[in-house]
Amino acid sequence: MVMATRMDTQALLALSDYTIRFTTPDGTVKAVNGLDLTVEPGETVAVVGESGSGKSQTFNGVFGLLAGNAETSGEALFEGRDLLKLSPRELDKVRGADMAMVFQDPMTALNPAMKIKHQLAETLKVHKGLKRREAEAQALAMLKTVGIPEAERRIEQYPHQLSGGMRQRVVIAMALLCRPKLIVADEPTTALDVTIQAQILDLFRDLTADAGTALVLITHDLGVVAGIADKVVVMYAGRIVEEAGVDALFARPAMPYTAALIRSIPRVDRDAEAVEPIGGRPPDLIHPPSGCPFHPRCRFAEDKCRRERPPLAEIEPGRRAACWFPFIDATSATGEAIRSSETLDG
Amino acid sequence: MAETLLSVEHLSTVFSLRGRSLFAPNVELKAVSDVSFSLEKGETLGIVGESGCGKSTLGRSILRLIEPTEGRVVWQGKSLTDLSAGEMRKARRDLSIIFQDPVASLDPRMNVGQIIAEPLKVAEPSLSRKERRERVEKVMEEVGLAPEMINRYPHEFSGGQAQRIGIARAIVTEPKLIVCDEPVSALDVSIQAQIVNLLKALKQRMGLTLIFISHDLSVVRLVSDRILVLYLGRVVEIGPRRDVFANPGHPYTKALLAAAPIPDPKIARQREKTPLRGDPPSPIDPPSGCAFRTRCPIARDVCAEERPPLAEVGAGHHAACLFWEEVRADPAIAG
Repeated sequence: MVMATRMDTQALLALSDYTIRFTTPDGTVKAVNGLDLTVEPGETVAVVGESGSGKSQTFNGVFGLLAGNAETSGEALFEGRDLLKLSPRELDKVRGADMAMVFQDPMTALNPAMKIKHQLAETLKVHKGLKRREAEAQALAMLKTVGIPEAERRIEQYPHQLSGGMRQRVVIAMALLCRPKLIVADEPTTALDVTIQAQILDLFRDLTADAGTALVLITHDLGVVAGIADKVVVMYAGRIVEEAGVDALFARPAMPYTAALIRSIPRVDRDAEAVEPIGGRPPDLIHPPSGCPFHPRCRFAEDKCRRERPPLAEIEPGRRAACWFPFIDATSATGEAIRSSETLDG
Repeated sequence: MAETLLSVEHLSTVFSLRGRSLFAPNVELKAVSDVSFSLEKGETLGIVGESGCGKSTLGRSILRLIEPTEGRVVWQGKSLTDLSAGEMRKARRDLSIIFQDPVASLDPRMNVGQIIAEPLKVAEPSLSRKERRERVEKVMEEVGLAPEMINRYPHEFSGGQAQRIGIARAIVTEPKLIVCDEPVSALDVSIQAQIVNLLKALKQRMGLTLIFISHDLSVVRLVSDRILVLYLGRVVEIGPRRDVFANPGHPYTKALLAAAPIPDPKIARQREKTPLRGDPPSPIDPPSGCAFRTRCPIARDVCAEERPPLAEVGAGHHAACLFWEEVRADPAIAG
C-alpha cells in the first residue's frame, strides 16, 4: 500500500508524526497520535470529529496552548519553521501576527476589563509597532470590515456590553488585524444562534476569499463544513481516519466512520422518520482499542481490523483513508456501500 | 377527533428585574407572551426559536416549574394553574421533564437507582422497596442501561448515558406528557441520533405526548408532528411539520430554515447568504407592532403600527405576519 506522497511546494502548515500525550493519575491519555496534516496557503480545511477526537488539542498544541501535563512530539512546521522548537518568545511573535486563533467562547479571548478599542489596538502596537492613534484607526476599520454596526460607538464599549454574536465578530476582527496567513477557528459558531452562525460563516467565507487567508475550521458539525470547506479531515481517537475534498467526502465517504457520521445527522431540508445512530461509545484514550480504533463500533469490522491498525493511505489522488476495507465505489452516502477487496492484502 | 390532552390558553410569564440603579423602578421582562395552543394525545409538538425567545420558560411554565403570570394550562379538562400544591404534586406523575445538560441535572451524591426512584417515592409512596427496585430496573432496561449500573454514580457516565438516566427518571412514573428541553443539544452527533431514536421508540411504546424544545430545526423536523416557532416570547407560527418546513408563513421561520446548515456541499453552495442582520432585540424593550420587524427583510411601515394577529395560512397552520401570502408565494428551501 502506497503512503500519500507530499507535494514539493512548501505548505503553510505541515504537521508530521505529530503526537500529544497527557500524563494523568489514571494513565497516559493518547490524545493525538502520529498526525500527518498539511494546510496550503489560502485553503479552508475543516477538521471534524466528536469530543475526544483530538481535533482541538492538535491545534492548541500548534499554538503552544496545551496544559502543563502535555508532552508533544513530531514536527509542526509553519512556513518551514518548527513551532515545537521555538522559545516562548519566538512563538509569541508568530502567534497573533502570522497565525491567529478564534475560540468557541469569545470571552476566553477578550479581557472583560478593557475597552474593545484598547484590546484591538494592543495587538497592533505589539506586533506591528504602530502608534496608538494609527492602531485605533486600523482597529475601527477592521470592526467595520467584520460587520459591526455603529462601530464608532461599539469600539468605546466593554465586552459585556456586546451580544455573543458581536463579541465573536470582535474576536475575528482581532484575529485578522495583523493580516495573518492562517486562522484557526475552534467551534467558532457553536455557542451562537443559528441565524448568527450563518452571518459569522458568511463573514469567514468573504474574509478568506478576499484576503487569501488560510482557515482551519475545527467543528463537530458536518452541516457547517459542507458550506465552507475546501478539504475535510475527519479525526477519531486522536488520528486522522479520512481526508478528502469536500464534495468527494460527502458524496462518497471512504471510511465507515465518516459514512456513519453523515448518516447520523438529521436534515432540515427533508422529512425522515429516523436517523441511523452510531452504536457504542466514544473510545477510551487511555486504553484505546487494538487495531483500528473504530472497530468496536464498526458494522463492517473483521478480524484484521481488530488486530492491525490500518495506515492512513492514499486511496485516490488527493484522498486518504485509514481503513482496511474502504468503500471505494459507494455511490452515495446513503446508498449501499460496495466494498473493495483490492486493498485486502495491501 | 383525537383526544385533547393539554391546552395552553393565553399563557404569559413575566419576570421582574431590578432597575438599573438602586432607586430606579423594576423592569418587566415578558419571557412568554399570550401563548395558546393545544396538544392531542400521542402528538409531538416541536418548539423552536433562538436563545432568549422564551422556549424553555414556556416549557417550564406549562409544568408550573415556573409560575406563569397570566393564562391557564388545562390538563385533561382540569386547570393546572388553579391546583393547590398538594393536588399539583399528584398531577405531576403524569407530567415529566428531560433537561439539556444530562450530567448537571443529576444529583452527584445519589446513585443511579436513587436518582431514577426519586419521582416514584412521591408519585407512588405505597410501593415497597423491592417493587420500587423492580420498576427502576425495568425502566433502565427500556432506555438501554444495563441493570448492573444501578449502584453507580453520575460522574461515571458519559453524556449519552447520563441522558439515558435522565430519560429513565422521566418515564418511571409512566407519565402521559414529557417536556423535552433541548435533550440532545449537549451530546455528540453520533450519540444524538441514539437518544432521538430512543425518545421516538419510547413515545410509540408508551403512547407518550411530547413537547420537544430545541434550537436545532433539523432535530425538530425529525421528531415533531407540529411545529411552534417563538420569537421574543410570542408565537409567530404554528402548524403541521410538513407545511411549516415546506412552505412557512412567517419570514422569521423562513430565515431560520435558510440559516440552518445542510450537510451537502452542492446545496450549501447554492444557498443565498442569510438575509437576517443583527441580533434579536431585547425582550425588556421589544419593538412596537411586529417584534420581528427590526430584522425582517420585507418589513413595511405598517408593521411598526400593529401587532399582526395569527392568521390562518393553511389547514391548522397559522402565522403572525401581515404579508404571509407574499412569504408563502416565494419558494422556501427544498422540502
